[in-house]
Order: sequence, then structure tokens, then C-alpha cells
Amino acid sequence: MSTLVDDPRIMEFDVRTDEMLINMGPQHPSTHGVLRLVLRTDGEVVSEVTPQIGYLHRSAEKIGENLVPRQWIPYTDRMDYLAAMNMNLGWALVIEKLMRYEPPEKGRHLRVIIAELGRIASHLVAMGTYGLDLGTFSPFLYAFREREKILDLFEEVCGARLTYSYITVGGVTADFPSGWLQKCEAFLDQLVPVIDEYHALLTTNAIFIKRTASIGTMSPEMAIDYGCSGPVLRGSGVDHDLRRDGEDIYTAMYDGYAFEVVAEKDGHYPRDHQYPAVPHEARLGDSWHRFYVRMLEVIQSMDLIRQGIDRYSLATDGHGEPMKLTQKLPKGEAYLETEAPRGQMGFYVVSDGNAIPWRARARSSSFSNLWITGQLCRGCLIADIPSIVGSLDVVMGEIDR
Amino acid sequence: MALYLSNFMWSWLAYTIAALVHVVLILSLVAGGALLFIWLERKISGRIQDRLGPTRVGGKFGWLQTLADGLKLLTKEDLMPEGADRMLFRLAPYISFAASLAAYIAIPFAGGAYLLGAAPWVAQHVNVGVFFVLAVLGLEVFGTILAGYSSASKWSLFGAMREAAQVVSYEVPLGMCVVVPVLIAGSMDLSLIGDRQAGLFTNWLIFHDPFTFIAFWVYLTCATASVNRAPFDLAEAESELVAGFHTEYSGLRWSFFFMAEYGSMLSVSLLAVILFLGAWHGPLPIATWLGLTAEHGAIAMNLGKLLGLINLLLKAVVGVSVMIWVRWTLPRLRIDQVITTCLKYCTPIAAGMLLGATLWQYQFPSRSFFGLTEVPQAVYHLREGPQQAVQNSGSSPESREGTDVPEDEIATVNHPARRGGQVSASDTIPQESIARLR
Repeated sequence: MSTLVDDPRIMEFDVRTDEMLINMGPQHPSTHGVLRLVLRTDGEVVSEVTPQIGYLHRSAEKIGENLVPRQWIPYTDRMDYLAAMNMNLGWALVIEKLMRYEPPEKGRHLRVIIAELGRIASHLVAMGTYGLDLGTFSPFLYAFREREKILDLFEEVCGARLTYSYITVGGVTADFPSGWLQKCEAFLDQLVPVIDEYHALLTTNAIFIKRTASIGTMSPEMAIDYGCSGPVLRGSGVDHDLRRDGEDIYTAMYDGYAFEVVAEKDGHYPRDHQYPAVPHEARLGDSWHRFYVRMLEVIQSMDLIRQGIDRYSLATDGHGEPMKLTQKLPKGEAYLETEAPRGQMGFYVVSDGNAIPWRARARSSSFSNLWITGQLCRGCLIADIPSIVGSLDVVMGEIDR
Repeated sequence: MALYLSNFMWSWLAYTIAALVHVVLILSLVAGGALLFIWLERKISGRIQDRLGPTRVGGKFGWLQTLADGLKLLTKEDLMPEGADRMLFRLAPYISFAASLAAYIAIPFAGGAYLLGAAPWVAQHVNVGVFFVLAVLGLEVFGTILAGYSSASKWSLFGAMREAAQVVSYEVPLGMCVVVPVLIAGSMDLSLIGDRQAGLFTNWLIFHDPFTFIAFWVYLTCATASVNRAPFDLAEAESELVAGFHTEYSGLRWSFFFMAEYGSMLSVSLLAVILFLGAWHGPLPIATWLGLTAEHGAIAMNLGKLLGLINLLLKAVVGVSVMIWVRWTLPRLRIDQVITTCLKYCTPIAAGMLLGATLWQYQFPSRSFFGLTEVPQAVYHLREGPQQAVQNSGSSPESREGTDVPEDEIATVNHPARRGGQVSASDTIPQESIARLR
């Protein structure tokens, strides 16, 4: 163990610590399923993060080439399993685009209600697990308590609590049962004060702000360059939401609905006087803002659901008949992106004229959102990694498919 | 106890029997405390989170859930990672647990009648008890570091390094906060500090002056950090380090870490109660009103002590419950923020409080913030220890005369001045009761 050093001064400046290579995941409590992060660390400081994916790959796209579109709906459930309704919707819309089918008025509003409920459920999980990532357990269960109520509503509509296969090509599998709308409204009414509790427990909590503000700051250019979308993009202040900026066949669903895109403009969020103020520590594009955008989107979705309920009650036509299983698809191709809770979920379908598509493809938002971790986590502490990855809110089922 | 027994048998036998009895009592306190606190933690966290917590094992309230889990842990396989340092890996949990247990040796559980020649309820009376408890509690980190080092797991190593950095830094403000009551009581003897707070709750050291009041809250923060509870539970941060230093442990060895954690939680809150919150004295001197004092014989005195013990443990359980409550409410700090909190806030505040308390003592010796109470004079007999106090009381009662205390300042019921105006040791310590005790 003897080292020969000619100049003693070299010794003083040449004391190096070893770098460590650590696997975070795929069986790690904070990697949201089976994400594996390879960390190169020097003590607590992380110098490099490489996400490794593929632990949940189920060949969903290949299966899609062997099933008719309505049969593939259950497979879309299992992509973003926290927002299965929105996945169903994306695939149903792209087939409808291919078939140039327009759902009836009532079915359109029904889909808005269901999709926005799905968004609330998904954001509640994102909020709760983010608290878990930062070491507080209780908000997680508060979030799941409210999510359970949404699942109860979904169960009443379609019988399932996680993988619904409810929204389908041509419409939905069944109309709302009687009395459902009242229950939905009652749920929204009681959710309003609960949101304030979440703000008290997390958004405005001093430790929470310490852990998230100015952590993982992403400039708007960076977010666009990496193809981020959804709350991750809007958390950087980019005013982009497919519900307003998307293709006509998708935005037609939200025709006549009043809503503002939740993104910071000139230092203000829309209607921000109702919500806790942005702390001075937070910088645009950091983990805190991404979390905040989700919280505001929950309130926005509640507003959209109320509008949807009003319009649904006034509509007189049907909710749309599901497409026949033997229905042949027109020759051609279609691609459509929808605003899922985690960002832009794109589905692509190529048809050669058969009932079964020649190619089915999904473009996942979490995939793009995840890839920025390597950039964001450079030079951060180990404790910041859950804070950053949690704020991106990725679902591995959607990335691996 | 050993002294008493040695009247009847060889002294080595007396000491052995006394030691065994004390060990059994302390072990059952720590183990029973751990059982209670784990159950309490589950129940409180359940209620905080809109759940019921355990409901099945042991009746409606799930009392025996912890015991059932303990049995499960006993039957678990004792796993050891392949590259582990086998001896240290086995040794680490015992070091942690032994350190946590050893702190109880010097913690008195009831006192009050010390001045009568009978010892307080303490396993081994140490006249620098504060120092001993802090020193031994600090040893617990040793087991943690060994566990992290010997596990051959990078996550364990991270946890151990974090714990080492954190505990070592928090010892500094913790020590300073503890010095504040020591300074006021003028002794490092825990039973003396406890007896110093007899009477109304205004006599408690937390209400002694503004500085002790703030020092208590700093102590609470530092104690939470030094026993690794949220929001300072970095060493076992499950979202970052899987399970920190005990990632690789299973079964009984793991449960020893768990027991050590709950044991230290109880001992730091016991220390908080003894130093700041009136020790075994309730907010009102009920035991004195009921006549459960030494003047009414040994049975009454021991009943009073029992009441004191219940008082002490109740307050300590409240302290632990506060830690549990905080844990299930707050997110976790980051390691640099934890160290910043310690070095930039806790240490300067603690130092300031120490300075302030010193100035207070200098300016208003033996005056508390409320100005209602005076220190029970008899406590000062203890400066010389129990034996001398008894001897002095027999030989020269005049030499023990206390100062005159104005009648309107007396709130302490058992204040000797109430009975005579003049205080003398022979008045406080009746000879016959000493004789009976011996």
C-alpha cells in the first residue's frame, strides 16, 4: 500500500474519490414501476444518469397488427394504466379519423366528461406518488382516497376499475346509468375543499418547496427540443395544449368549451388569484412548476366536466354505436395525437383495406419526457433524482408498451 | 437497591441481584415501549391517513399486531449478502441496540424522595447522568455505520454515510440545548434536575425563562434528527436509498435496528421530559396534596413515586407521539438541507440560548420567568449526594438553614417554608423515616 510521490504537493491535490456506478431500479421504490436508472455518482453528487427501459415490454404494437381495432382497445388500457380512458380515446379517435366517422353530439360530451375524469384520476396519482418520492406518505393516501371515488364512478359506467375499455371505436360501450351525473357532480363538489388540503400539505409546504423549487429546471427551448409534452412542457411556460391546438377531429370534441391552457404567461397562471401564489424560490420549468401545473389542471378539468354535464344533459341524440367487429377499414393511414394526462399520446394506423390494421403504432409522451432526465439530473444530488423523475410523472407501461 | 440488599447478604450477591433486576426492568421497558410505539405508529398513521390501522390481532384495536409481526420476523431466514463482512454484519444490530438500551441505565424514572436518603428509581445513579446518556446515545450511530459498511451494498453505504454526517453534526446543538437546563439546575445529575422542577408546572424548566423555552424546541428538532426520524430520516430514505443502512438485513437482526430506533426515540423524549418538562412531576403537585410524600411513610412515598413514574412515562409517550405525528405529515429534507439546518440555524440558536440562560442566571439567580415559584430549598441538599445529606441532617441542622421566602411567592405546596418559614434539613427529613428506610 505504498505510493511513491515525488512532489508532496501533488498528493494534496490528487486525492480523488472513486466514482460509483449504481443501479436505481428496476426494483427501486421510487422509480414508478420498472424504470432503471444507471447513476454515476461521486459521493452524493450524481454526474450522469442513464435511463434504461424495456422491462415492461409486451409487444402491444405487434399484437395490434393481429386484432381488429376494437379488440386492441384493451391493450391500450394497459399502456398508460393510470389513465386508461384517455388511451382508449386516443385509439378510438384515430380509427374514427381513418373511417371519417363523426360521433354524435351526446357521445362527444360523454367522452369529454370521461376523459377529464380520467385526467383528474391520473393527476391525483401523480401528486400522491410525488409526495411519496419526497418522503411524505399521507398525501399519497389522500390522493388515492379521491381517486377511489373516480374509480367507483367508472365502475358504475363500465364495470371495470383500472382497465376500462369503455371508450371504443364509434362511441362508448354503454351510456351513463341513471343518477350517475348527480353522483359525478357531488364528487366534484366535495373535491374542491380537498384540493386546498393538497395545497396545504404539499404545494405550499416549506419542506416541499425546498425540495422542488429550482430543482431540475428545464428551459422552454430544452423542453421543445426534447419533445416533451403535457404538464412537463407547460411547466416550462410553453403555451401548448392539444385540446386547443390539436387537429380538428380532436379539438372538435372540446368545441364550445371554455378553458384556458394552464401555462405561465407573463409571470401569471390563468386565474391564479384562486390558487396559492408561486413561491419566490421557484423558477419557471422546475419540479415545483410541473407539479403546480398538474394541480391547476385538476381544477380546470373539474370545470370542463361541469360544462360537459350541462351539455350532455341538453343533447338529445345517442351516445354512438360501437363499430362492428367485422367492419373493414378503408385503405390508407391516419395519425392523431391527443392530450393525455401525461402529454401527447399519438396513435398511428395503416390499413390495407382489411378489418385488421396492417400496422398499429403508439407514440408515447412519457418516452420523450423521460429522456430529459439525463440532462436534468446532471450534477444534482441523489435525493434530487426522485424529485426530478417524479415531477416528470412517467408511466413505464406507456413507454415500453 | 444493592445497598439495601447488602444489609442481608454478601455485597457481590446483592449487586448481582440488583443488576439482574434492573436489566430485566429496563429491557421490558424498552421492548414493551417498542411494542407500544410500533402499534401507536401504525394506529396514528392509520388515523392520519383515513385508515383504521391494525384491527384484527388482539381484539378490536389490534394490540398484538406488533407481537405477531415479531413472531414472523423470528421465523424469517437470516440472510447475509455474499460480499458482506460477516462478523461486523452480525455485530452491527447488537451495537445499535445495546447503545440504545444502555442509555436507560442512567435515566431516573422517579425521584422526589431522594432527599430522604432513599435513592431515586434509577438503575445506576450517575451524578453526570446527562453526559452519560448523551454519550451512550451517540454510540448508536456506530452500529449504523458498521451495518452500512459491512453490508457490501452501495445503498447501505450511502445510508450509513448520511447517518454519520447527520448525527455527528446534530450532537453539537443537541449538547448545547442540554447544557441549558444543566446550567440552571447547577448539576448534571438527572434526578436532581428532575427534583428541581417540583411543584406547579411553572417550575418546569421549559418555563424557567424565554431561553429555556426556545432551547426546548431546538432540542426537540435536534433530538428528532439524532434519532433519524422524519423529516430527518435520510439514512433510511426509502424513495432514495431503498432502505438505507438496513437494506440487506432481514428477520431478527433487522428488528434489532427497529427496536433500537424506538428505544432511542423513547430515551430522547424521556430526556426531554426530565430536562425541560418537569420530569416525574405533574403540572399540579397532586401527589403532595394526596399526602403521598416521604413524611407519611415508605408506602406513601413509593406510591407517590409510582405516580411520578406514570407521569414521566405519559409525558414521554406524548413526546414520541409528536415525533410520529410529524413523521406522517412532513416530506423529507435533503442531506445538504439537513446539515444546513443544523449548522446555520440550530447551532447558533442553541448557542444563543445558552448565552441567554447564562445571563438570566447571572441577573436573576433562582428566579423563573413567571416569578411565581422558588426552587424547593431542600433540593440543594442534594449537591452533596444522598449519603452526605442524611449525615448532615443528623449532625447539624442549623447549618442547613434556608433563606427567607416571602409568603406571596410560595406556590409550591411542599415548600418547606410553608410549614415553618425557616427551612432546615431536619425539618425536611424526619429522622424516623430515614431510619425506617434503612
